[in-house]
Amino acid sequence: MKNQFKISSYCHVKQNKISLNGTVLFSAEAEESKFLKQAYKALDVNYSKFFKMDKLSQLAFLAADVLLQHENISEENQENIALVMGNKASSLDTDRKHQDSIQDKASYYPSPAVFVYTLPNIMLGEISIKYKLYSENSFFVFENFKTNYFYNYTNSLIDDKKADKILCGWVNVDDEDYEAFLYLVTPNGNLQHTEKQINTLYNELWKL
Amino acid sequence: MSKVYLSYNNIISSLGFNSASVAKEVMLGNSGLKQIKDTSVMPEPFMSSLIDDDALTAAFKNKTEKKYTKLEKMFITSLQDTLGQSNIVLTDRVGLIISTTKGNIDALDAENDFPKERAYLDVLAKNVAHYFGFQTEPIVLSNACVSGVLAVAVAKRYIKSNMFDHVFIVAGDLVTEFILSGFNSFQALSSEICKPYDKNRIGINIGEVAVSALVTKNEENLSDEAVEILGEASCNDANHISGPSRTGEGLYRSIKSALAQSNLTSEDIDYISAHGTATMYNDEMEAIALNRLGLEKTPMNSLKGYFGHTLGASGLLETIIGMYALKQNMLIKTLGFAEMGVTQPINVIENTVEKPLSTFLKTASGFGGCNTAVIFKKVK
Repeated sequence: MKNQFKISSYCHVKQNKISLNGTVLFSAEAEESKFLKQAYKALDVNYSKFFKMDKLSQLAFLAADVLLQHENISEENQENIALVMGNKASSLDTDRKHQDSIQDKASYYPSPAVFVYTLPNIMLGEISIKYKLYSENSFFVFENFKTNYFYNYTNSLIDDKKADKILCGWVNVDDEDYEAFLYLVTPNGNLQHTEKQINTLYNELWKL
Repeated sequence: MSKVYLSYNNIISSLGFNSASVAKEVMLGNSGLKQIKDTSVMPEPFMSSLIDDDALTAAFKNKTEKKYTKLEKMFITSLQDTLGQSNIVLTDRVGLIISTTKGNIDALDAENDFPKERAYLDVLAKNVAHYFGFQTEPIVLSNACVSGVLAVAVAKRYIKSNMFDHVFIVAGDLVTEFILSGFNSFQALSSEICKPYDKNRIGINIGEVAVSALVTKNEENLSDEAVEILGEASCNDANHISGPSRTGEGLYRSIKSALAQSNLTSEDIDYISAHGTATMYNDEMEAIALNRLGLEKTPMNSLKGYFGHTLGASGLLETIIGMYALKQNMLIKTLGFAEMGVTQPINVIENTVEKPLSTFLKTASGFGGCNTAVIFKKVK
């Protein structure tokens, strides 16, 4: 049951750089905490909900937006694009903020606006809302990027005709560290959808 | 195309430590929820179903020197039972899925004895996998409140992609200050036993369980209550991150897609095990989605009145109870429901009664706009 799907685009975000298909679109000298907001401005994203998101959702949203804009994906078409993503630190970056808000009984300030981001799949919801994707969402946690798990799961969605395209990848935020690698699996594209190809693209993240 | 089944299983809960005894309690109409007074997790008394620490430690029988967290003990104790029943050798063809929303989140608390690193979900997964000697990398699925039932779909997909022959799923979340304070900040908690679909519903109860089950393609490994997984889908609302769609769009699409994959129509579903958290918006959304699908006359229940909302475990917990409902041909009542409280007609089960059953639909919805529907059919 071999499918003939390809990889049509990919995006990397790390070291204050965003690149699309291997070409750097934006880079900044700024400290990491300001980078995502600077990138938002520089890339003309224009989506005010971005500022309500936590860092993990902002990172995923930005990477997805760069890639989907390039692919001319429009919310009007309500495309059937499944989202299959994973990371190491789940939503711990925001979990720590929520924990800080309840640690001291004398200064107790839990907030729904923070608490809602204590789930890693919220980033999938944010991307779905922007691009009107009424499609499959799965969020996985591994010690590190596991190509075979992403590859086989994606193929299963294709074989079962659960999605026309699949946006896959790794989006991790942990304190000062962050990285994102997304790739779009589609019926048409220049790169083969193979484990070897996915590994090659993933490894480019560390050369950024 | 080969069939995939949900087979041997276990439930660790305040109603008992194995599935058969827990299902029996539920069919008798007994709730595991009670009022808890513990100011270390909530300033006010709250309704919950908690796993007794001493009973858990006694059941766990730690065979190692390593110290385990409460959630790890729950997972291992549950999986121990399911593995023992299944009698499957752990080769590189056997996968493990850990379904949880928050894992060892209590490790972030300054008062907790375990190091903060224990809060990483992959560390939790490895601790469980290593205890039993799983040969494959464990998969953590963290998809809010649909995680437990989505895990069944994910397991089936990995088997169909030929990565595994068998997948064990273990699902669970703790009742912690972290969780309670968060839901409380949404003003979503009910101080009484929750009342799904009821006119006077005021919110949810959070409960804790650990549940586990075997997903397999091998017909030699089927328990008496085993079911075939006919079809599954998970669709986003594309609407809001913390509230369900008013039209039930994602749930509607999930059920429609699961029916199509199962080659079934709405008339073929004998009963629905719904999400029914007992919040205003969730229950109303479900009623709308079911009506859009012509499922308003199908008997349906929410089991939240028995266990509370058990977060990353709820979907699998309620699926296992559904397996027992099919086996014993019992429609289980929605505990807490008295008077219709949604605007669209739905057939909420009010009394536990016998009825021939062969097919059921399990649904769940959660933060992030996620929804999942899976359809099961009785095997024996």
